[in-house]
Amino acid sequence: MAAPMLRWGCPGTRWALAGIGGGFRHRRGASIGSTPNPTREQSTVAQKPLHTAQKLRKGEHKWAAVVGLEIHAQISSNSKLFSGSQVCFAAPPNSLVSFFDASLPGTLPVLNRRCVEAAVMTGLALNCHINKKSSFDRKHYFYADLPAGYQITQQRLPIAANGSLAYSVCVGKKRGQLVSKRVRIKQIQLEQDSGKSLHDDLRAQTLIDLNRAGVGLLEVVLEPDLSCGEEAAAVVRELQLILQALGTSQANMAEGQLRVDANISVHHPGEPLGIRTEVKNLNSIRFLAKAIDYEIQRQINELETGGKILNETRSFDSKLGCTVPMRDKEGKQDYRFMPEPNLPPLVLYDSTTLPAGVDSQQVINIDQIRDMLPELPSVTREQLVQQYGLLPEHSVTLLNEVGLLEFFQNVIKETRAEPKKVASWVLNTFLGYLKQQNLTVSESPVTPSALAELLDLLERKAISSSVAKQVFQELWRGQGKTAAQIVSEQKLELLQDPAALEQLCLATMEEHPQVVMDVKKGNPRAINKLIGLVRKATLSRADPALIKDILEKRLWL
Amino acid sequence: MLGRTLREVSTALKQGQITPTELCRKCLSLIQKTKFLNAYITVSEEVALKQAEESEKRYKKGQSLGDLDGIPIAVKDNFSTSGIETTCASNMLKGYIPPYNATVVQKLLDQGALLMGKTNLDEFAMGSGSTDGVFGPVKNPWSYSKQYREKQQQNPHGESEDSNWLITGGSSGGSAAAVSAFTCFAALGSDTGGSTRNPAAHCGLVGFKPSYGLVSRHGLIPLVNSMDVPGILTRYVDDTAIVLGILAGHDPKDSTTVQDPVKSFVLPNLIDVSKLCIGIPKEYLVPELSSEVRSLWSKAADLFESEGAKVIEVSLPHTCYSIVCYHILCTSEVASNMARFDGLEYGHRCDINVSTEAMYAATRREGFNDVVRGRILSGNFFLLKENYENYFIKAQKVRRLIANDFVNVFNSGVDVLLTPTTLREAVSYLEFIKEDNRTRSAQDDIFTQAVNMAGLPAVNVPMALSSQGLPIGLQFIGRAFCDQQLLSVAKWFEKQVQFPVIQLQQLMDDCSLSLENEKLASVSLKQQ
Repeated sequence: MAAPMLRWGCPGTRWALAGIGGGFRHRRGASIGSTPNPTREQSTVAQKPLHTAQKLRKGEHKWAAVVGLEIHAQISSNSKLFSGSQVCFAAPPNSLVSFFDASLPGTLPVLNRRCVEAAVMTGLALNCHINKKSSFDRKHYFYADLPAGYQITQQRLPIAANGSLAYSVCVGKKRGQLVSKRVRIKQIQLEQDSGKSLHDDLRAQTLIDLNRAGVGLLEVVLEPDLSCGEEAAAVVRELQLILQALGTSQANMAEGQLRVDANISVHHPGEPLGIRTEVKNLNSIRFLAKAIDYEIQRQINELETGGKILNETRSFDSKLGCTVPMRDKEGKQDYRFMPEPNLPPLVLYDSTTLPAGVDSQQVINIDQIRDMLPELPSVTREQLVQQYGLLPEHSVTLLNEVGLLEFFQNVIKETRAEPKKVASWVLNTFLGYLKQQNLTVSESPVTPSALAELLDLLERKAISSSVAKQVFQELWRGQGKTAAQIVSEQKLELLQDPAALEQLCLATMEEHPQVVMDVKKGNPRAINKLIGLVRKATLSRADPALIKDILEKRLWL
Repeated sequence: MLGRTLREVSTALKQGQITPTELCRKCLSLIQKTKFLNAYITVSEEVALKQAEESEKRYKKGQSLGDLDGIPIAVKDNFSTSGIETTCASNMLKGYIPPYNATVVQKLLDQGALLMGKTNLDEFAMGSGSTDGVFGPVKNPWSYSKQYREKQQQNPHGESEDSNWLITGGSSGGSAAAVSAFTCFAALGSDTGGSTRNPAAHCGLVGFKPSYGLVSRHGLIPLVNSMDVPGILTRYVDDTAIVLGILAGHDPKDSTTVQDPVKSFVLPNLIDVSKLCIGIPKEYLVPELSSEVRSLWSKAADLFESEGAKVIEVSLPHTCYSIVCYHILCTSEVASNMARFDGLEYGHRCDINVSTEAMYAATRREGFNDVVRGRILSGNFFLLKENYENYFIKAQKVRRLIANDFVNVFNSGVDVLLTPTTLREAVSYLEFIKEDNRTRSAQDDIFTQAVNMAGLPAVNVPMALSSQGLPIGLQFIGRAFCDQQLLSVAKWFEKQVQFPVIQLQQLMDDCSLSLENEKLASVSLKQQ
């Protein structure tokens, strides 16, 4: 999980919010008489920047995009949803397959208590209504990695419904303003994962691995309340943080523990919704945002050039950066849903409905799970803002980057520097270096203690902030020296003797009479040039404010 | 020895009058002699002899495991048996050797029972004749009984004796034939719409369908999950009770089994019939009912009445909708349950490999017979989005009404319902195949399938021989989970009617006959 949410340029937002006019009008003319070539069309769109919005012409409508997500989160559990097989990523193929997972005739599902608890916990964290009675259904389709020919899911009566998820996105010119939003959650259902198919085209073979078959999934279905890739990305990231905080899913997208499908359509506000497409195979948050924005733009282009949107499934090609129709031989599927007859309805209790004298191992008490809920990310962020006076967007970044919050808190523990200052260093300098080298927090060469020591030097005014940056760079190289060692070896201490500094200022003024003239003529920027020259002479070891004071005194008195 | 009750044999084994191995060999030799009945698909001779040896050791040490230790049993070939081929009488599962035992099989083995083999059935238990399996039809042992043959000679029909054999009914016909021909003392059947009770009626046996949820289905290859139950076929009601006592109870592997601790199923020798209220559902008096069955039914009611029981006519008003409703629910679940047979993980796989889809299609076409494919097709039709509300949902609602009919009757004070099990006695194979499987299933399940829709316990008790010398049985239906009470009534009735023992001496002695028939059986097999 690399992409920091705050840093994404998400041009899609702007046109989605601001609307788009006849920006592609000229292309309509161009396509008349020529055979539409979908491939070329796609590449044209892909190269085109998204924010080509032009001013609305009179009588033309805005486009609005409607995006809904279906998110599958693999439940963090030792065993599968309906069998005792172990759950483990990257185990040897077909080594974690029970008779039930392989659908041997006569085997029956037995519901895993842990998965139910995880679903209830997730439902509570997402403000859902927990259904005291839910049921399981069979969803039929033939696929080689679905051994029973059906998936057991909760289509009619899911375990949780009608929830909501608060998230925030950055808006404004510098994306510095955080706006809180809310997406409604339609339902959360328990269901089985499928196995994996590996197609070997060379030998015309398909290899099946059933290790994943039957692993418990939480399908979180969102209402189509989103309007662009950035919002979708923010929602998924927030959900990921929640699931990780709850421990109900590791939610690692790269390992397939979190999978997102997006339903996308465009329409003119006030008119009925457009025909939607479903985009699958979105295995990172960044691609999710890209795919959605691409698909929205593609649909708009298609409609503006007189084309039609097909109700189809598309996949995102991360190399080409575009969505392409998926080869779906069977066309429209009828899943022939049917109640799962081998599982009685799942009944949950709360403290008021719990039958007397019942074995607590045999029942699930919603209230008990509610009491066990850990601190959720939104609360953590609020506390960061309150406790340390951080900006809300900083609290967002601290949580969004894996391990960054812990790093920040460890620095805080060891330094006398102000939390705000620490946040600035962690979020700008430290995170900047990580991003530049594509490293995670845990891979950082700079430890929290090293940074804390550096910030202490800065706090004591032993070094200037520009020297601090220089020292940080040294620390990043990781040669085993402490900040203090670097400072003393390279003589980077701040020049604090006023007489010596005054001497340097006078010498600089003498050397640059032209700049002095400029200052005297009233060019306000000229003084900065002088300050820079003095600092250079001090090898950046002097406080610029102090230099400025001396220079001003000398120039105007 | 072979005709005795379970308890008698168990006592004989304990007293050393016979050893488990001797008993096992007797049954094995009888299985050989009656091979032409086609009751068994697989005879697990080696397994049985090994189990007998183990059992014998236990008896010698005086450490018998219970009433079933050393007792030969048979299991319908739709129960998973570890290491023993389990075919469901289908090409689809020919050669499939399960790696696990069905819970009911395991429970029997844990009690020291000897598994003689896997019995024949209609393919995937879809049928009411035991005529539609890939291994050929099962022949009713009564076709060769002295009782039937004597009557046949009195009214010669001119038809050849050998082609005039009778069907067992089904789909657990192999299990029924196996018990009826004395090749074992008890057999497991399965009962989804009458598949245990129907062949029991035709073969003069006790055929018991327990309450849904009382006995584990884990390892029973499903027909209709919401109606399937393992059934028990024995010659005596007491034997059924002993087997039920072993099988009943919660199974963590089957979430639909009830958690309540199981009560004893030991049946009293004497019950006070005068305290009973017997209900006679008027809807079961249908025009197709043979006059002989009708008069025996009436006689049975009189018998209870004469002993002081209250016998009243009751109404189950939704009975007439039951069979169509059953058809929809059955085929829908069949369509779903059969989806797993795709040739990938186990079972038959065709040679076609142009694409996965082509492989599926050919595998399933080659693997399933017309009956199975027909039910899959209709089931998928009923489950289509556009049909689901109109068929499946409606059928479920009607099912609830049918179940409520029973609840209402039992709430009105009725203890047990008394009905026919079948319309008439067994018919000949040639007669039976004049109608197709679907028509026959609808006719033959008429009195039995409503019980499955309601999840109630029911038992066929043989009552008397027809004018043709063939068994006729009646069905008792009990309250849900009142299986013990139901069997107690059945035991009382059994004692009153003194149903005659099948006389197969001639068959057993006449080797030439059995050889001749064996040839015939193999010929008919090849034609399949």
